[in-house]
Amino acid sequence: MELFGLAASMIALFVGFGFMVGVLFGFFGMGGSFLVTPALMIMGFETTTAVGSGMAFVFGTAVIATLKHRDLGQVDYKLGGLMIVGTTAGIEVGRIGLYFLQDRGLAGLIVGVTYVVLLGGVGLFVTRNALRNDEEESIEEQHDPNGEIDPDAIPDIAKTIQSYTIPPMMTIGGGIKVSLWMVLGVAFATGLLSGFLGVGGGFIRMPAMFYLIGVPVPIAVGTDLFEIVFSGGLGSFLYGLEGAVDLSIVVPLLAGSALGARIGSTATSLVEESEIKIYFGLMLLGGSVAVALRQLGNAYGIGELKLVSFALIMLSALAVGSAVIYSALKAIREDTRTADVSPAD
Amino acid sequence: MLEAATLVGAVLLEAGVLYLGYGALSSIVAKPLVERIRTL
Repeated sequence: MELFGLAASMIALFVGFGFMVGVLFGFFGMGGSFLVTPALMIMGFETTTAVGSGMAFVFGTAVIATLKHRDLGQVDYKLGGLMIVGTTAGIEVGRIGLYFLQDRGLAGLIVGVTYVVLLGGVGLFVTRNALRNDEEESIEEQHDPNGEIDPDAIPDIAKTIQSYTIPPMMTIGGGIKVSLWMVLGVAFATGLLSGFLGVGGGFIRMPAMFYLIGVPVPIAVGTDLFEIVFSGGLGSFLYGLEGAVDLSIVVPLLAGSALGARIGSTATSLVEESEIKIYFGLMLLGGSVAVALRQLGNAYGIGELKLVSFALIMLSALAVGSAVIYSALKAIREDTRTADVSPAD
Repeated sequence: MLEAATLVGAVLLEAGVLYLGYGALSSIVAKPLVERIRTL
């Protein structure tokens, strides 16, 4: 049976995969198209279609997740507005770069290698920090819903960057002062990756906002999603102009991710991110290995490697998405037990 | 250009419908579901 030109089994796969990605996206504010785009490439879609459709998917998911985070008061509109300016310029430069490489037949290889390096690098960084935080148990302050941040919770590198007072300076969520140029620089760099790789850029921007600028994690997540609404919308439009957005891919993915994003966003108020962070880091590393295997499969014509790569991406998303849901369910049940043993006033 | 704008509009429309639809669904289902999880 076919719907919108796709087999029903393929639509079911897209809806299920979208759901897993939505849980991750809603919870971490990242992890959307960096999973979707490589998966589409592995499934045999053309690079520009995978990138364009991945970006349209991220745009839709970001709209839904931002509305949810706005309800939780986790969006810094001033910071988000500035991020949009820097990211927009970066996306256009990245997109031009991708088409330049596509014309020379190099897009698939270079996008693949960039994914391997980025996913691997960020994955190692997140995993290392998660392990360190496990030892120090000092990250709880980052989940203050009011956005107030303990100076001890600001990473050292962020403190160093905040010490450069290149005017104009601005105050962001959590009462942190930072140079406008630093904000624009981070936004441009992540926009460049966004346009080049067809990702929302969250898996770079969200850690960058926390580690480089010092924005509290909940506000970094909400503001990042708000920013992705605009950058994703613009990116989708630009790729749409080239005919690289396939609605038969985007619609079922979005249907699944909308439900997942709602559950993931709600889970942020129930689960400590530090509990999940290590899984997320490992998932990024899994994604890196998956893309590397696909590149090897392409280079040496080994079809099995592509299949292993696809399974690895799917299983990584499934494992971390399940960890988020399991932790949320556990938190609900532990709340009940705490309430049961608390003495009545 | 109109086609690209229509594509973006279609995605935005789907996102809006899904947000409202799932929102309405969760307002009906969420509370009983949380209670069920608590009492399992």
